[in-house]
Amino acid sequence: MPDSPVIVHGASEADHHEHPAYLRHHFESVEQQADAAGFAMWLFLVTEVMFFGGMFTAYLIYRNWYYPAFVAASHQLDVRWGTLNTLVLIISSFTMAMGVWCAETRRKKGLVLCLMLTMILGLGFLGIKSIEYSEKIEKHHVPGFHYSLQSFTDPQSDSAVYAEYHDKPLPLDMARHTEIYFSLYFALTGMHALHMIIGIAILGFMIFRAQAGAYTSGHVTFVENFGLYWHFVDVIWIYLFALLYLISRHQ
Amino acid sequence: MSHISPVLWQFLVKWMTTFALFPPEASKIAPQMDALLFFMILISLIGLTIVTLLVVSFCILYSKERHPVAVQVEGSTLLEATWTIIPLGLFLVMFVWGALIYFRVFTPPANSMNIYVVGKQWMWKAEHPGGQHEINSLHVPTGRAVQLTLISQDVFHSFSIPAFRVKREAIPGRYTTVWFEPTVPGTYHLFCTQYCGTNHSQMIGDVVVMTPEGYKKWLDESTSGASLAQNGERLFASLSCAACHNARPDARGPGLANVYGAKLPLASGGTVTADDAYLRESILNPSQHVTQGYAPIMPTYQGQISEEGVIALVEYIKNLNSDYRIQQTLNTTDLLPESEGKPAPAVTGQAGKKPAPQGKVNP
Amino acid sequence: MSATIVSLPDQSTARIPKMNYLSKENGLLSWLLTGDHKRIAILYLISLSFFFFIGGALAGLIRLELLTPQADLMATDTYNKVFTMHGVIMIFFFLVPSVPATLGNFLIPLMIGAKDLALPKVNLLSWYLYIAGGTLAIYTMATGGVDTGWTFTTPLSTHYVNTNVLTTGLAVFIAGFSSIFTGLNFIVTIHKMRCPGMTWFRLPLFVWAHYAASILMVLATPVVAIAIVLVALERTLGIGVFDPTKGGDPLLFQHLFWFYSHPAVYIMILPGMGVISETISTFSRKRVFGYTAVAFSSVAIAVFGFFVWAHHMFIMGISNYAVLVFSLLTMLVAVPSAIKIFNWTFTLYKGSITFETPMLYTFGFMGLFTIGGLTGVFLGTSGTDIHLTETYFIVAHFHFVMVGGMLMAFLAGIHFWWPKMTGRMYPEKISQLAAVITFIGFNFTFFPQFILGTLGMPRRYASYPPEFQVLNVFSTAGATILGVGYLLPVLYLTWSLKYGAIAGNNPWQATGLEWQIQSPPLTENFTVTPIMDHEAYDYEWLENQNLAKEKSKEVTHAG
Repeated sequence: MPDSPVIVHGASEADHHEHPAYLRHHFESVEQQADAAGFAMWLFLVTEVMFFGGMFTAYLIYRNWYYPAFVAASHQLDVRWGTLNTLVLIISSFTMAMGVWCAETRRKKGLVLCLMLTMILGLGFLGIKSIEYSEKIEKHHVPGFHYSLQSFTDPQSDSAVYAEYHDKPLPLDMARHTEIYFSLYFALTGMHALHMIIGIAILGFMIFRAQAGAYTSGHVTFVENFGLYWHFVDVIWIYLFALLYLISRHQ
Repeated sequence: MSHISPVLWQFLVKWMTTFALFPPEASKIAPQMDALLFFMILISLIGLTIVTLLVVSFCILYSKERHPVAVQVEGSTLLEATWTIIPLGLFLVMFVWGALIYFRVFTPPANSMNIYVVGKQWMWKAEHPGGQHEINSLHVPTGRAVQLTLISQDVFHSFSIPAFRVKREAIPGRYTTVWFEPTVPGTYHLFCTQYCGTNHSQMIGDVVVMTPEGYKKWLDESTSGASLAQNGERLFASLSCAACHNARPDARGPGLANVYGAKLPLASGGTVTADDAYLRESILNPSQHVTQGYAPIMPTYQGQISEEGVIALVEYIKNLNSDYRIQQTLNTTDLLPESEGKPAPAVTGQAGKKPAPQGKVNP
Repeated sequence: MSATIVSLPDQSTARIPKMNYLSKENGLLSWLLTGDHKRIAILYLISLSFFFFIGGALAGLIRLELLTPQADLMATDTYNKVFTMHGVIMIFFFLVPSVPATLGNFLIPLMIGAKDLALPKVNLLSWYLYIAGGTLAIYTMATGGVDTGWTFTTPLSTHYVNTNVLTTGLAVFIAGFSSIFTGLNFIVTIHKMRCPGMTWFRLPLFVWAHYAASILMVLATPVVAIAIVLVALERTLGIGVFDPTKGGDPLLFQHLFWFYSHPAVYIMILPGMGVISETISTFSRKRVFGYTAVAFSSVAIAVFGFFVWAHHMFIMGISNYAVLVFSLLTMLVAVPSAIKIFNWTFTLYKGSITFETPMLYTFGFMGLFTIGGLTGVFLGTSGTDIHLTETYFIVAHFHFVMVGGMLMAFLAGIHFWWPKMTGRMYPEKISQLAAVITFIGFNFTFFPQFILGTLGMPRRYASYPPEFQVLNVFSTAGATILGVGYLLPVLYLTWSLKYGAIAGNNPWQATGLEWQIQSPPLTENFTVTPIMDHEAYDYEWLENQNLAKEKSKEVTHAG
């Protein structure tokens, strides 16, 4: 970057010179700092894609192998809860984007409000997810020792789901493979939920800092990058929603 | 030579008498693989010599004393291309040659005899078609292609016979195969080469290569009375497989005579060749492998038959040329409907436990 | 070996500059909370050495056990734990971070004219993650160890062993994130922090190599992380993704694991190759032959490195045609390594070569890496792989590349940049001796293992048939020599911290930006943002600089 202004430091390092307080010493300019941080965030998201990619690969392979089991098992997920959660997350992405805008335009109150809304929506998502999880626990659909095949070998025993999908009973060997579906379901949504929890924790920290005005004095890198993270978590959910809830709805 | 320490002396003698760079060549593939190995060693030595010679001669010619001022050379596209293309060409030769051998090792000839090998922590169990069992040893004749069908009962194992230059993983849940044709009688090492837990290093044994006559003698001496297929037949009856697989016009399952090796149309579309792996899968995960025209009503036998049991069944089905005997057993049961002749009430009970609707096993 | 290029300042008047990154602040906290890439590099160097010697001690135990055919020194279970911990510690806590976390951390900002890595806090975080993972690994070892082998093969690791798989997995998981953050930091730094005039093709090849390795770290490591998470879930909760009894496929674990662990060997070797490019140029006073070819071969290795993982599974019952494809791609990935070797060799051509310690290690690297690379082709060729895989041939090949290659490069680099890091020279004669001892010891240790492998001796065996004993004794004897070779540098390098000759800015008369500033450097490296106005390895530029300096002795370029 030949045109960027060169900050000439004095002979003694203690020397102070003109630059905003948030510009860290090793950067030449604010743009360079923001650039670097943004690039780093994108790279981090790439690693996250690879992280989830391993599980998506497993999902695709097993779905191909055990197609009937995956269809029947996905019918156990309540698409209404899933849709609601998708909406919650999309709205939270919107509030997050608004938060970034507020930070960029230096609206402190707006930023705090947006971050709080995002956090509440995030918590709401987790709440809904926990309702779904508890349903799975009740039906013994959590993989492991207490896993029950009844909903698949005898679908009529599960009247609510049967009323909607009229699934035929699966032969026992295929029914067993529903456990793989739920293994992946819990691994994928669990990892996603973990990302949400980490995000919410960071949101809490950000709300605290935003109230002190840390992000509304021109230095918005942190908010922007967190926004990227939040949107990424949102996008992952949309894939999960499609692959786990929607794709087998009409089979 | 007494001035050398006796331990060291013994050591040297031992080395001189046993030292070898290659294990014995005791199978048909061994010399072929060694030829490739020698070729690769030769190429490697040439490559290493070229690099060493260049480095050493440059170091002598252009050491600072002799050549105080370096002459900057930018690089050379020609040279760059040379040492890209020549190694690439050599590597490709190795690739093709290696692939030919690889395909040879893992494509058994049609007339090979088949021995089943089950790996478990920490032993190898071999099952000969004649019903002979062996643990941690394998007897094979010279001059015959022997195919091994391997499976593991627990973790990954690997069946390695260095003298034959073959090795194959035994994997839980699926058959793998390898074949060889022993050429030289003798006793050779058998190793498990895939780390499998505590006694991995004790999962070793002997491969005994015998002349065809010797092998025949050994077979006769170690027979257990019933052949593998006969064991399979017994199992077939006790699991009342014949209730459905009896080739009658009203049978609910396909007849199994001559099914081995046939191309079967699948209910899910496509065809499959009925090989060992397919037979095994159809017993354990039947609903995924239903042949056309039949309903997916067969119960799974996963967890109810050991791997040896599956092997016996597979061997039985492989050798089944006619449905006559199966129908024969059915007729006897028909004659005695309520008595002890009814096969395997245990299975009826098991089927009853399952909510699946195939509870009635009345033929 | 009288001719050297070492040009030290007048020892009677020279002093270490008062202001430098080591002296800036004192006290433990100033180290533990530092953001300075150079201090973090030193922290890594110390902790890495610690883990290296633990891993080395475990290797010593392995070699002692294999002195006799019976499992008599320790029970087989103990042996299994020892080799597992040797693998885990050496791979995840030494080889993967070795050159990048120490030399890369220290030098990348200096070489590209930056004041620090782009994300100093993340850099410190990754050291703490490394320490946390390492502590967990040591804890695992202290509380019973783990015996799955470093490959964590399922279903052995999920259902059949009852040792500390979970804590080991967690340790590897954490160390994985340490490595992800290091790689990410490097990529961002190399993209965004180059000084004016530092174009991509003026970057030292060391930086190129680290860039390639960083791509691998960032893209491959998360995959092994998720594989380990799934193993942990399978062990604790009983999910069935890899469990054959539930319809899962244990081979899928192998695919995910090797999708990381094959690129991981390039993560380990590429930075070492970067070191070699620097040393060979400096000690032959020549620009690296075919700069672009070497730079792009690093990238090519990184790219092809992603598509060869299944060559670890040739005999595992994957489809024959998959074997064909992966074998072919393996051949392709061998070519860039060959290109590098020849380019380094021709860098010597018409040079003016001197034989300081880093150069001796460099020659060691070239010889051993050539052997290691060529034997890799034996294993990538599908036919011969059947016979050689899972034997000591693999062990020998891997150690030739990793210990003979990577560790030699690491030692070359440590010696080469020691004056820059500490401001003092190491003692030359004894370190040359150590380099020779290491080379001899290494060959004694690992060459017999090629023969053992060809003869069919399986790896990971606590006991073995007696006819293999002679070669094993050779190997153990060699390991003893090798141990001496590794202990010596620790001793004399520590000694040199206090008694070494003052190095001055540029003892090797090397061209990199790092050599144009004081040794040890200032906390923020450059007082004035440097401007790169010449190509990398431009020795004429350096001579002109020196002439100009002599003309006006008062004006110094940088500190």
